[in-house]
Amino acid sequence: MKKYDKLVKNAAGRIVPTIINGEEHIAFKGVKKHKPDGRKYAPQIASCIDYPDDGNKQLASLKEALIKAGLKDGMTISTHHHFRNGDLITNQIFDIAKELGVKDLRWYPSASFPCQEHLIPYLEDGTINRIEGSMNGPLGKFASEGKMKGLAVLRSHGGRYQAIQDGEVQIDIAVIAAPTADMFGNANGVDGPAACGLLGFALGDSQYADKVIVVTDNIVPFPCIPWQIHGNYVDYVVKVDKVGLPEKIISGTTQITKSPDRLLIAEMTAKFCEATGLIYDGFSYQAGAGGTALSIGNYFGDILRKNNWKASFIRAGSNEYPVKLLEEGYVKYILDGQTFDLEGVRSMRENPNHVNTSPFTSYNYHGKGNFASMVDVVVLGATEVDVNFNANVVTHSDGYLLHGIGGWQNCLFSKCTILPIPLFRDRIPVVVDEVTTLCGPGELIDVIVTERGIAINPRRTDLIEKARHSGLPIKTIEELKEEAEAICGVPKKPELEDEIVAVIKWVDGTIIDSVRKVKS
Amino acid sequence: MNKQSSAGNRGPGVKSDCYVELELLPYGGIETELTSKVKALYGESIKRLANEILEDFGIKNAKLNIEDSGALDFVLAARIEAAIKKIVDTNHEYLLPVIEENKSVSAKDQFRFSRLYLPGNSPKLMINAGIHYPNGIILDLEDSVAPDKKFEARFIVRNALRAVNFYGAERMVRINQIPEGLDDLRYLIPHHVNLILVPKAEEAEDILQVNEVIDILKKEHGINHPIWLMPIIESAKGVMHAYEIASAAGNVASLAIGLEDYTADIGTRRTNKGDESFFARSMVVNAARAAGIQPIDSVFSDVSDMEALAKNVQTSKGLGFDGMGCIHPRQIAVIHENFAPGEAEIEKAKKIVLAFKEAEAKGLGVVSLGSKMIDPPVVKRAQNTIELAINMGKLDKNWGNG
Repeated sequence: MKKYDKLVKNAAGRIVPTIINGEEHIAFKGVKKHKPDGRKYAPQIASCIDYPDDGNKQLASLKEALIKAGLKDGMTISTHHHFRNGDLITNQIFDIAKELGVKDLRWYPSASFPCQEHLIPYLEDGTINRIEGSMNGPLGKFASEGKMKGLAVLRSHGGRYQAIQDGEVQIDIAVIAAPTADMFGNANGVDGPAACGLLGFALGDSQYADKVIVVTDNIVPFPCIPWQIHGNYVDYVVKVDKVGLPEKIISGTTQITKSPDRLLIAEMTAKFCEATGLIYDGFSYQAGAGGTALSIGNYFGDILRKNNWKASFIRAGSNEYPVKLLEEGYVKYILDGQTFDLEGVRSMRENPNHVNTSPFTSYNYHGKGNFASMVDVVVLGATEVDVNFNANVVTHSDGYLLHGIGGWQNCLFSKCTILPIPLFRDRIPVVVDEVTTLCGPGELIDVIVTERGIAINPRRTDLIEKARHSGLPIKTIEELKEEAEAICGVPKKPELEDEIVAVIKWVDGTIIDSVRKVKS
Repeated sequence: MNKQSSAGNRGPGVKSDCYVELELLPYGGIETELTSKVKALYGESIKRLANEILEDFGIKNAKLNIEDSGALDFVLAARIEAAIKKIVDTNHEYLLPVIEENKSVSAKDQFRFSRLYLPGNSPKLMINAGIHYPNGIILDLEDSVAPDKKFEARFIVRNALRAVNFYGAERMVRINQIPEGLDDLRYLIPHHVNLILVPKAEEAEDILQVNEVIDILKKEHGINHPIWLMPIIESAKGVMHAYEIASAAGNVASLAIGLEDYTADIGTRRTNKGDESFFARSMVVNAARAAGIQPIDSVFSDVSDMEALAKNVQTSKGLGFDGMGCIHPRQIAVIHENFAPGEAEIEKAKKIVLAFKEAEAKGLGVVSLGSKMIDPPVVKRAQNTIELAINMGKLDKNWGNG
């Protein structure tokens, strides 16, 4: 089977395959252009006849559960990434698959982490055919060098749910690592030694997979409350000694940046939002987890306090900073997709206004709306932005696939999307002629804030007008690009092979771009 | 003479810098090896630059190894030149073009509230220094550079003066203590430096010596624009000679105090309250004012405590200082905010400027406010205050029209 076939030029002018790993896909048609037809995918109807009346679905080991679930060649195995770099279960799944001699698996994680570098030998020997999910670190490097047997498919968090729901990806076995569960399979992320807050990324997996295995190190008597994952979807429950490493679950950037340059960018972003009236009593915003995003959240908090305003909700990645605002009463709700520190976990456990969400409620594009489009201000990162405001979040300028999409694409639908980014990083210009990989169409990106000036998308005449007398350094994006090149020099385009190693999905399941093999 | 040399920095955490090793060979042409994270984007341009520099110095056979960590051209060029000059005796220089912004000239009495210290051998900190808008940046060749790095730091500083955009900040360099510091000047004076900080100044003679070298270099390079001096008083002896130093020459624009060394010199330690340096600080203020120049305070070294810094600035302003040093960009805003003119000061300045305008309109030679005559320097100062208040967003630029 060819990894990909039938190349076409999509609506963004990118050459993409429409046959991927033997399956047909649709090329990107433009923002809000593709409407699906048909009905959602449905798993097999189950019957209580097949499940114990006493509700006890416990098995002795993960291996037994995988065998009972019918693990065999070519299956799709899904996992979630709420344990981030402290995940202990994924590697075990594929150790077992290797031991059983199972081949050609598709791994469908909600994101991968450096701790899963362990899987590289399995990608080499064919135990795993491919990863369809956000890749970073060593796995991203492996894929970029064209070493994966199948073609990688990268989706946003919302796109992952959409692909499951639409039946584009049919999960054979979902393994849901859970900090706490009962014998029936009800599970949550707020309790237990490996508490990670919530399990929202596994919701779709539980609903649509043929077989669902819950793995935990903390079995509680029925009922496990809150039941973020319903046992009614679950086939087997396995207790292990340790489900995750708490000290690594709470990872990512959880501290406000100390870098004066990033703080400046954060301060400029907040000033821009204040000057253009984007912040008001009752506004909502997305606070990311990076050092810059955290300090922007902090500045937003200062503005709320100063005016005695109350935000209607924060879309988070939560940690201590939004939690503090919630507890001080400057925000009504935190709608949380993943928690980044123990304060976030505690707040979610104790505070009914700290709400756990899933990609279904927040991001799924093939639903009857989602709340990402209702957020007033979203601040996101990017590895590159081009003069048409198109942005890249997955590859570096040298072509290497080193980041996942996460909720990034889904958040672009907010009322105002701002990318606070440095103009260059270690000599590499961030504002460029054309992005290496297109992840977000420029028409959805409103403002670029760099330490050397702010560029507003010409489509946002309203913001341009409001920022006119702000005293902020408003420049055109071309001016920013020229400034970057004056400092760094004009970069050469990285030489990439023609061979495609991965595709990037848009939120509606269409293919927006291809990632090409890096020349070794 | 040794045929092998190296310059620059490498290792984890090193950014925007590079480490070069050079070996001169009897034959075999030029062999350049490059490792770099930005090789895909800038590999060719780095090698081209390296070869151009070697050729410029007439080196035909050599092995050059560059470990690059995202260095800009001004850094690469400085490192390569330093490596060459460690083993080749030459006065030749490889000079990058001077960017337009760095040809600006500064005024003797311009605002010097904040001046940001940048270690002379750390290019990473220089690149973004200007975006925080300090009044001045100081490329430091003295205490922040390790003794074995002094030689190569000069090339970084010289190249930064020519090629790094400091966005309008006054370009200052702190040279080494006299007499060693005199040798630094030829790397600075021809390269559009605005102001030289003379550390550990103890007597007028120090200043005269500096000026002697500056004058020779100015003549040699046909430079007409002024180069100001800011002597730093850092010893008991310096304090006793403060006025003599402040008035040693017409190009002494400011007089600064350095408290770390001063407190050590008088046998005590620096405290946040600063009782131990009250006399010295007052002496410096008094000497500078007597000489008609700006008194400038020492740095505040706790970069995490902005509240203590704000208090320190207020005390400093209260003692009569016109500015102070900073060692972290986040200190700049706090320093400006607290040195900035207060409401009453702005109101008074407005009255003086309006009176001046009125006198001008009436063709009067003398400005008076009520029954008081206003001297021209006071008018100038009021105009400065107004300009500053506008720049800092404390006063609308159309204040006089309403």
